[in-house]
Amino acid sequence: MTLDTVKHAAETPDVKLPWAELGLKEDEYARVREILGRRPTGAELAMYSVMWSEHCSYKSSKVHLRQFGEKAPDNDAMLVGIGENAGVVDVGNGYAVTFKVESHNHPSYVEPYQGAATGVGGIVRDIIAMGARPVAVVDPLRMGAADHPDTKRVLPGVVAGIGGYGNCLGLPNIGGELVFDACYQGNPLVNAGAIGVMRHEDIHLAKASGPGNKVILYGARTGGDGIGGASILASETFDDTKPSKRPAVQVGDPFQEKLLIECTLEAFAEKLVVGIQDLGAAGLSCATSELASNGSGGMRVELDDVPLRDSTLTPEEILMSESQERMCAVVEPEKVERFLAICEKWDVIATVVGEVTDGDRLEIFWHGEKIVDLDPRTVAHDGPVYERPYARPKWQDALQADDANKLARPASSKELREQVLAVVASPNQASKAWVTDQYDRFVQGNTVLAQPEDSGMVRIDEETGLGVALANDGNGRYSKLDPYAGAQLALSEAYRNVAATGAKPLAVSDCLNFGSPEDPDVMWQFAETTRGLADACQILGTPVTGGNVSLYNQTGEAAIHPTPVVSVLGVIDDVARRTPIAFAEEGQLLYLLGDTSEEFGGSAWSQVVHDHLGGLPPKVDLERERLLAEILISGSRDGMIDAAHDLSDGGLAQAVAESCLRGGKGARLVVPDGLDAFTLLFSESAGRAVVSVPRSEELRFTDMCGARGLPATRIGVVDGDAVELQGEFTLPLTEIREAYEGTLPGLFA
Amino acid sequence: MTARIGVVAFPGTLDDRDTQRAVRVAGAEAVPLWHRDKDLKQVDAVVLPGGFSYGDYLRAGAISRFSPVMESVIEQAKAGMPVLGICNGFQVLTESHLLPGAMLRNNHLHFICREQKLRVETDRTAWTADYTAGQEIQIPLKNIDGQYTADERTLDMLEAEGRVAFRYLDGNPNGSLRDIAGITNEAGNVVGLMPHPEHAVEPLVGTGRTDGLGFFTSILKKLVNA
Repeated sequence: MTLDTVKHAAETPDVKLPWAELGLKEDEYARVREILGRRPTGAELAMYSVMWSEHCSYKSSKVHLRQFGEKAPDNDAMLVGIGENAGVVDVGNGYAVTFKVESHNHPSYVEPYQGAATGVGGIVRDIIAMGARPVAVVDPLRMGAADHPDTKRVLPGVVAGIGGYGNCLGLPNIGGELVFDACYQGNPLVNAGAIGVMRHEDIHLAKASGPGNKVILYGARTGGDGIGGASILASETFDDTKPSKRPAVQVGDPFQEKLLIECTLEAFAEKLVVGIQDLGAAGLSCATSELASNGSGGMRVELDDVPLRDSTLTPEEILMSESQERMCAVVEPEKVERFLAICEKWDVIATVVGEVTDGDRLEIFWHGEKIVDLDPRTVAHDGPVYERPYARPKWQDALQADDANKLARPASSKELREQVLAVVASPNQASKAWVTDQYDRFVQGNTVLAQPEDSGMVRIDEETGLGVALANDGNGRYSKLDPYAGAQLALSEAYRNVAATGAKPLAVSDCLNFGSPEDPDVMWQFAETTRGLADACQILGTPVTGGNVSLYNQTGEAAIHPTPVVSVLGVIDDVARRTPIAFAEEGQLLYLLGDTSEEFGGSAWSQVVHDHLGGLPPKVDLERERLLAEILISGSRDGMIDAAHDLSDGGLAQAVAESCLRGGKGARLVVPDGLDAFTLLFSESAGRAVVSVPRSEELRFTDMCGARGLPATRIGVVDGDAVELQGEFTLPLTEIREAYEGTLPGLFA
Repeated sequence: MTARIGVVAFPGTLDDRDTQRAVRVAGAEAVPLWHRDKDLKQVDAVVLPGGFSYGDYLRAGAISRFSPVMESVIEQAKAGMPVLGICNGFQVLTESHLLPGAMLRNNHLHFICREQKLRVETDRTAWTADYTAGQEIQIPLKNIDGQYTADERTLDMLEAEGRVAFRYLDGNPNGSLRDIAGITNEAGNVVGLMPHPEHAVEPLVGTGRTDGLGFFTSILKKLVNA
């Protein structure tokens, strides 16, 4: 076979190329021809096909994502925003924190262990590419029905993959989510997040500048795994008629990644790196075109110099491979020797594969022949942009009219008691220890809070106790009922969770998981979600620093619930002031903060007791969220509260159960005036938390709430070894514990 | 004066920085040691920390055991230098035959991370003198290859010689024979255990307890008083 060189392509305009098989649409292929002024070579086609995929180009989502920049609130903390590998925020004392959440949904369904493992690997490389040392990971998950046989295949594999990779990297897993719902049966969501810490001066960016600088590929050899992962796997819906997509899943080696982390950080410390990019989706196609496009010059790459695992790979395959644990650095010529020496110290293979040129072209050579010659911007940044049609689904009104507040409520105290236990024992509300006990939360010795706390928290400075907190939340059921409100509720909950631990919310990352953008119903959900999130971020003053969009989470006609997973990063001056969820001190007073009304749409109660989804989600009140957060932070800082737990799914019943179990103490509760027992226990009104206040601080605390206008209602006291709701029921902790802790092991152990 | 305690890093070691911190919290000087380097830099004792050295490829600890630094550690340990192996470090010590037995995959086949209650069975080692025999402590446990095994004769010998150093309480987490969490050599200078004392030295982080600090204060006192 003749090599398809640039020259050959120009001479043979009529050669048919497999653009459709590689995932390009007809008009997109026409545009490639127009850009190049000729047909692309096979290698160029490979690059355009992966880089213009939905996964890499955000072509359907871009027009909506712009709002995050346009509506971004002024925030002095923001150091690097959307568009880089990950956003960076200033957390004080010269420290900067980078964090991001990404999806690895499609691969994790096809091959749960490797799909989930490489999801962790990818997000961690994004963090180190910014110049930061990774300090923690989190893993928000959505699975099909808990009792479905396929969930028994997917969940244990995903958990083992996240653990197998993250544990071996030495990164504490400090939080996450696990939600079961039949809508995720064929499309589980595996989102992975990571946090990294650096000094301000250590921030690195993905750009290739300075003609003559060398391009060094280092890390694992390139193999045939993950070819087309971004394009044919992540950017299409699943369909029974197509061949298995297993070969498009990458295979991870966490040991190699650990070496890559240490070696990269050592090179950063010696200031050897001009620009850096990790190799994730779209592999070398992405790294070379993005580095060149972001920099001032062009780039010349000798593909023959790429170390291979399989010598039979074609140049197209080398460009498309998504082999893991690889990075690309741009290094000044006089520093190359030292850079290679550091790689050698860590047993990492490193090879100079090209250099920055003073032109503006990306040129790639194979056996001495030019096989790619293009403007890197056209690959990396000027991909297609679609204004997909969208419209409010016809079924939305009927769904909202199906009011959950009209569902039958418990008729007796006995029934109320049974429903509390049923909610606490339901797979979504039950203890996630079966999962989190498979993750190392202690490594690095800085973990202050981890699951099941409201947010994870790690210390980043031993001298001062400076720390950061991260919470991830997203309720697909709320979003299905009202995607605009659902996105705002996701942000509100994560924001509240961060504040509940005593940290000040600073910035947001989001992972937006949706069905097919070609479906106008889904596109409406997406548009409403982004609008809702951007508006709420503006009001709360927490900018979106970056994130990820995962579309095509759809099998046939059935799309998942719109599922925005929102991560909020917070900062705390001294982790000694953190607030845990545990009710640990007998005699302390329990206060319910915020207003409780009859809001059951999308609630855990409506799902567990009635298998119902309808009505409207809880009302959003962002000013109230901000006030509540201020009170929680002040209460923590000034020692007025010893425990706090946000109220969200499962309402007060769930929160009190968790806080009592965590502290090993019971609670005696009374129904306050104006509420009934059922509403008190199960309403999911937003903007609420329950706090445990030492008696000596009661007056100071209630005065503060009164002065600032936050309703604070005394609902009981920490006492005994049961949860007792006066006049209704008594639930011994042992009985609650059995319900709460037995479910997941019963299903998956 | 204080003691110099070496902390070895192999490729894939994870808990070296935590261990250095624990050494410092106890008041000793932590000296990083590198796997390729035979030079132990005149340290008074060595800790082999946890992690996945060499990716646990082949068998946990099997490749590390042949690294240049281990040649020196093995030689010095035989001459009486105190050596503590934590988790992966314990696996390296059994692979090096400084301690008997071996670690299998956990009987439930999962990685397990939890706070684990232990009984310190002996205070007659270099690393446990600050505890009292029979004392109960709670420190983190996190591993996938933590099931201690040995033949019956070896187990009987360990019991008879008082060389079972730590035993799991309130539930054996991995199927370890006779609930063994850690052991010592005959001389008491080499100790290995699967749980992680270095993660339990500060009240603020990890378990919120400082039950693990005794390992590091024990060795410091021994070395300073020597």
